[in-house]
Amino acid sequence: MKFAVCVFPGSNCDYDTYYVIRDLLQQEVSFVDHHTRSLAGFDCVVLPGGFSFGDYLRAGVLASKTPLGEAIFEFAQRGGLVLGICNGFQILTELHLLPGALLKNENLRFVCRDVFLRVENNSLPFTNRFEKDEVVVLPIAHGEGRYYVPEEELRLMEERGQIVMRYCDEEGKATEEANPNGSVSNIAGVCNREGNVFGLMPHPERACEDLMGYRDGLLLWHSLIA
Amino acid sequence: MKVRILILPKRGLLDPEGRAVKEMLLEEGFKVKEVKVGKVVELEVEEDTDIRTLAEKYLINPLVEEYVIE
Repeated sequence: MKFAVCVFPGSNCDYDTYYVIRDLLQQEVSFVDHHTRSLAGFDCVVLPGGFSFGDYLRAGVLASKTPLGEAIFEFAQRGGLVLGICNGFQILTELHLLPGALLKNENLRFVCRDVFLRVENNSLPFTNRFEKDEVVVLPIAHGEGRYYVPEEELRLMEERGQIVMRYCDEEGKATEEANPNGSVSNIAGVCNREGNVFGLMPHPERACEDLMGYRDGLLLWHSLIA
Repeated sequence: MKVRILILPKRGLLDPEGRAVKEMLLEEGFKVKEVKVGKVVELEVEEDTDIRTLAEKYLINPLVEEYVIE
């Protein structure tokens, strides 16, 4: 598989992502910068974490208006696989490739810690290596991760299987205490209706080696190349 | 012409920044009913600029924000 890792001014998880794809997955991977107008030839495009354009105006909005933002939109429309991590997730909502918006954390703090996540939908190209309702551990690190979507849309998303991951406790219960940022319905990751675009706040690229203390993130990457 | 666009969190949505400022002001003894924290974008543009399109398509996210043009 041929991966592209998007680099906007202010992206800072681009090298981690590149390393995981090249060294751990042993797949072909290239960086593409924000001037890039075409993503033809790639199978999967990854939008890494960071603070693209300094989070000015709103997290992700300026990146979404770049030539690369437009190319990502077209690539997704044609059915290409698009994965947005953290700031990448914020960019995908600003591109309207994913529903909803990501707002300042309810407690106004930048939250940097490990969370338990329950896999709600394991039938996606991004999640087929997980078990349904499996509880995994991934790190989060964000100040604007409070997922918001109006109630009616949330109900439809639920029906369509667009809620992919929820913050939960060790037993897999999506409790209020387990919600690190005030996201509606404990949502940590969602996909589009077609299932080819996935965005999540946790960082799967930071949880791929025993050296890092955990490797649940690998399941996501291995799903992609399965 | 100079245009000022005030952007605020949409009515009814949780505004943790506004809430934090309100709590601080209440503690300082001010009788504050509501506080909203938003942002201001000041522009200098040609007379015929379509400010609404500019604001709605580029500056605000209508899902979570509302705006006033001054």
